[in-house]
Amino acid sequence: MKAETNPMNDTGPDLRELYQEVIFDHNRQPRNYRPMPEADHQADGHNPLCGDQLTVFLRIEDDVVRDVSFVGHGCAISTASASLMTEAIKGKTVAAVEALFHDFHALLTDTPPPERDFGKLTVLAGVREFPVRVKCATLAWHTLHNAIVGAQDPARTE
Amino acid sequence: MTVLNDLPVSGTGQGLGMTALDVAADFPILARPVHGRRLVYLDNGATTQKPLAVIEAERRFYLESNANIHRGVHWLSQHATELYDGARSTVQRFINAAHAEEIVFTRGTTEAINLVAQSWGRAELRAGDEILITTMEHHSNIVPWQLLCEQTGAVLKVVLVSDAGELDLASFDALLNHRTQLVAITHVSNALGSINPVAELTARAHAAGAVVLVDGAQAVAHQAVDVRAIGCDFYAFSGHKLYGPTGIGVLYGRSSILKAMPPWQGGGDMIRTVSFERSTWADAPQRFEAGTPNIAGAIGLAAAIDYVQEIGIERIAAHEHGLLKYATAAVGAIPGVRRVGTAQHKAGILSFLVDGIHPHDLGTILDAEGVAIRAGHHCAMPLMTRFGIPGTARASLALYNTRADIDALVAAIDKAQDLFGTRKHG
Repeated sequence: MKAETNPMNDTGPDLRELYQEVIFDHNRQPRNYRPMPEADHQADGHNPLCGDQLTVFLRIEDDVVRDVSFVGHGCAISTASASLMTEAIKGKTVAAVEALFHDFHALLTDTPPPERDFGKLTVLAGVREFPVRVKCATLAWHTLHNAIVGAQDPARTE
Repeated sequence: MTVLNDLPVSGTGQGLGMTALDVAADFPILARPVHGRRLVYLDNGATTQKPLAVIEAERRFYLESNANIHRGVHWLSQHATELYDGARSTVQRFINAAHAEEIVFTRGTTEAINLVAQSWGRAELRAGDEILITTMEHHSNIVPWQLLCEQTGAVLKVVLVSDAGELDLASFDALLNHRTQLVAITHVSNALGSINPVAELTARAHAAGAVVLVDGAQAVAHQAVDVRAIGCDFYAFSGHKLYGPTGIGVLYGRSSILKAMPPWQGGGDMIRTVSFERSTWADAPQRFEAGTPNIAGAIGLAAAIDYVQEIGIERIAAHEHGLLKYATAAVGAIPGVRRVGTAQHKAGILSFLVDGIHPHDLGTILDAEGVAIRAGHHCAMPLMTRFGIPGTARASLALYNTRADIDALVAAIDKAQDLFGTRKHG
């Protein structure tokens, strides 16, 4: 048995890596948590196995995200990820948002581009050690993508 | 043995208060650490661990007895056939069926229920007929009937559940009528632990002329089941929730009803004669076991039943009942914990919510402590909707669980509250 898979040597995942203070903060007080009647783009996301459910609202002008918000319910990871996402994309062009989604996904599952500065989104990198929770952290982003491209079916990451 | 049921939950755990069965050594997997910690396995509602006796029985079958059944003139085939038929008889005695021919081996509870829906249901149901289920059913006792309703035009009716998670008997009586052809109810709710009065409900359903199927997936490993005392027409359960292998389960069908049912899958072993003009069917149960069955699984299941009976199902029930009381008191006493499912009659299932901590976050934190529970909707989405919640955390007990396991669960919940900063002082 290889050392890294020997359960005797596995001291367990570091919960503090996953549940950082920023995540608790955004879970308790999600930013941009409101419906947006004047939204010109919106989409629903739903992970039926988890029960996580959210709606992402966007106002896009001249190809720039002027406003973004969300409502819904889910675990701390999915709520904080949605909240952090709204902060990260406001004022960015649609192309920059889609590029950030691509790199953010790599941050959680693969090798992110070294030149990318993820800012506060970095706190979600701890999800890498918890593969079953990646779907929690990416649901808001997939929903955002659907809102941008105008997909009708609810986004799912499970 | 049932005197143990009323033992106090407090105390030192010494003497009479101690109902531990001390069987952990029979389950090798319980000795493996998880994340460097002792594994505290409280996800038995999903699947139970397997005793060495079961693992060895399957191994021994492949080492010494493997051949196909019911077709070889050679010695080994006859030997394998005897073992397989012997497993059927073991199941028959375990649930007190009248005949071994009333035991159909399936892949599990889900396949057993689908068998009834597609064989009995498609032959018997007409547009406008009604199928009565309950709000607390597992998806596997909902969706097969929905498919059947689409195929036949039958209508699904759903019995209500109280805030405590008990079946609303007035709702049951109100919905039961001359159009009700089938009543399909769970014996024990997998999400709440509520034990339904299946014998009483069967009597009422029969009086209304309905056939009764009982989903026993969460019952057979935890209490004595006597299908003749219940009086039901069908009883379905899985081997893997009964300390047996995955991929093997049982449909009990009363012989008079089973005999009249058409096949649902065609193939080898289920026929009497085959010609291109017309084939004729074997008798039950072979009629419902097309193809080579899970022979080793059936033998493993029989070994699991032997193991359970050696300990005694009444002792197991008493042990789990005592442990449930202990867990209910200990977890219920944590400030910020809300129990979901507080029926008067419950099996060893404890569903709960912790204020400010989503069940999935709780599941992750408990796992890091070596405590395995289930978090989510437990394949009972309509029931979660009934309670207005996305899901719960669920600890489900088995014969090898101890008070130390419950203490570890309580400590892990405390750790989660500490991490989330939601600990309350009560």
